Amino acid sequence: MNFTAPHRTAPHRMNERRIGRGRLPVPALGLAVVAIAFFALPFVGLLWRAPWADTWNVLSEPAVRTALRLSIICSLWATGLSLLFGVPLAWLLARVDFPGRGIVRALCTLSMVLPPVVGGVALFFALGRRGLFGQYLDRWFGIQLPFSTTAVVIAQTFVAMPFLVLTVEAALRQLDRRYDAAARTLGASRWYAFRRVTLPAVRSALIAGAVLAWARALGEFGATITFAGNFPGTTRTIPLSTYLALQSEPQDALILSLLLIAVSFGVLVGLRDRWLGGGPGAGAG
Amino acid sequence: MSSSACATAGWVAARARVRDDRTDRPPRLTLDVDIGVRLGTLDLDARLDVKPGELVAILGPNGAGKSTVLRCIAGLLAVDRGYVRVDDEPVDDPAAEIFVPAERRSIGVVFQDFLLFETMSALENVAFGLRARGTDKRAARRIAGQWLARVGLDAYADDHPRNLSGGQAQRVALARALAIEPRVLLLDEPLAALDAGTRSTVRRDLRRHFQSFDGMRLLVTHDPVDAYALADRVVVLEAGRIIQTGTLADVTAHPRSRYVADLVGLNLIAGTLTDRTLTTPNGGVVVVADHAEDGPAFATIRPNAVALHRHQPEGSARNVWHLTVADIDQYADRARVTLAGTLAVTSEITAAALVDLDIRLGENVWASVKATDIIAYAV
Repeated sequence: MNFTAPHRTAPHRMNERRIGRGRLPVPALGLAVVAIAFFALPFVGLLWRAPWADTWNVLSEPAVRTALRLSIICSLWATGLSLLFGVPLAWLLARVDFPGRGIVRALCTLSMVLPPVVGGVALFFALGRRGLFGQYLDRWFGIQLPFSTTAVVIAQTFVAMPFLVLTVEAALRQLDRRYDAAARTLGASRWYAFRRVTLPAVRSALIAGAVLAWARALGEFGATITFAGNFPGTTRTIPLSTYLALQSEPQDALILSLLLIAVSFGVLVGLRDRWLGGGPGAGAG
Repeated sequence: MSSSACATAGWVAARARVRDDRTDRPPRLTLDVDIGVRLGTLDLDARLDVKPGELVAILGPNGAGKSTVLRCIAGLLAVDRGYVRVDDEPVDDPAAEIFVPAERRSIGVVFQDFLLFETMSALENVAFGLRARGTDKRAARRIAGQWLARVGLDAYADDHPRNLSGGQAQRVALARALAIEPRVLLLDEPLAALDAGTRSTVRRDLRRHFQSFDGMRLLVTHDPVDAYALADRVVVLEAGRIIQTGTLADVTAHPRSRYVADLVGLNLIAGTLTDRTLTTPNGGVVVVADHAEDGPAFATIRPNAVALHRHQPEGSARNVWHLTVADIDQYADRARVTLAGTLAVTSEITAAALVDLDIRLGENVWASVKATDIIAYAV
């Protein structure tokens, strides 16, 4: 018998196995396996049918290249805007106790659970040419947002920013606020303390939130097609191209889908330690 | 907060004035505070001052309001009533609508668990205050390096706080607080976060580093050993009130609270003295030989001066009380017997005597003390 301090590695695992910890009842295990299959099978189907030989040809088609370029530019803009506005918002939600904070948080993260099409419709009625605010943009500044590349960025930011806000807010909440106090006794203004102490301390959450927001923006479809339309070169991003290709050239749709899957999967695997809590470093960052 | 702008202007003017004064006559440079704060269940009302070069320790149990005093002085909390004055200039005075925020006070703080910034190296931690106050990066790093050398940690400049031992982290925290050349240095339980093994070494180091700082130093601790080793003067704070102040020798020789009496292991009895007889509110009577003024008074008795008996003793002892055994604490060859009743006293006897007397919890025993073994003094 070995009663020494448990190691993190092999001996501990062996002990766990010996006492049967972590073993599921058989029916639950069966259902879990079905669930895994449910998620895996569609991708297996895609990989099976993918015309691998055509991949490079499809990706180098001018229309696809244009869509790809547009997708990357718009999603990076959306990520940048999410950081610019989302970090102060997260800070407000985490640190300032004001009445109705719960409502504000719900409002600002609503687009996470809203059908994106609804988000697009809402944006259209707010910022469209005849929209509540859009009509003044048009009348006073001659700005028409809908069906422009700007509209793509707005739609993507609308659905992507909450991922960043929630991630950063959670990290800010966990920070010990006394570090702020320490910084202030050393002569740091609130802004200097925020920049030099608080932001670096939530750096990994910032990265995780930004990457999640970027992935969400890259895959945005519903709000984009509703608010920005589907114009090649200006608003037709990769997800829109994929949908369109499915009707005429399903082989192309397959390849574009695989591309989006590869990006999303890469993001999730890359972030597993930091955000999804699956890796060995969970909770440490 | 419309007052903060004018407070700032006042502060700048005050600094200028102090500088001018230095050339003419030395101003009365002290830390002078009168802090009234209500915070949850804490009702703090404390007045104290610290002179230049002096190290004062606030000694008190947990929850007494010690850290709150420091927070008010540092500017992390505003006083409800009273004032905080540094070098004769108010930095917090609600009556005059003055409040100088923490970042504009010249006060260095070493926090209980040091609060070093984890994302920065030791050197960057020390340079932080200089950078925040506008020193350029190279100069700040050079000065920070000198401070690290002064606390003997120049070899650790590039290490991050998580790689430092508790004692090293504390020295970095001290260097960080001193690098801004504050007028006042505040230390919140500087040794509490360290393990017992390193505490005495760190205490000795602290003492040495303190000697190089000529400003006003205020230390908060619940450990009288820290106060003894480091402080020139002790202020005892209990439940938000200052109970006693003086050198540690004064304070422990004449405790004015059960907290201090317990710290030094003395029995403390409070009551009213009339003609060498002290009467407690519970009706206990203590006869003293000491000459002290009539009126409210304390009496202290060393536990080993309290003798215990199974039967009512006959002899010269002037004080004989019949009390109940409330607690027995035995260590090595000694035993401390806590007695309750009209008086609460602790007796220290040998373990052998404990066996001989066959004393058990809840039983009644007789305790006797010679009047000459009792020290009485006015409140």
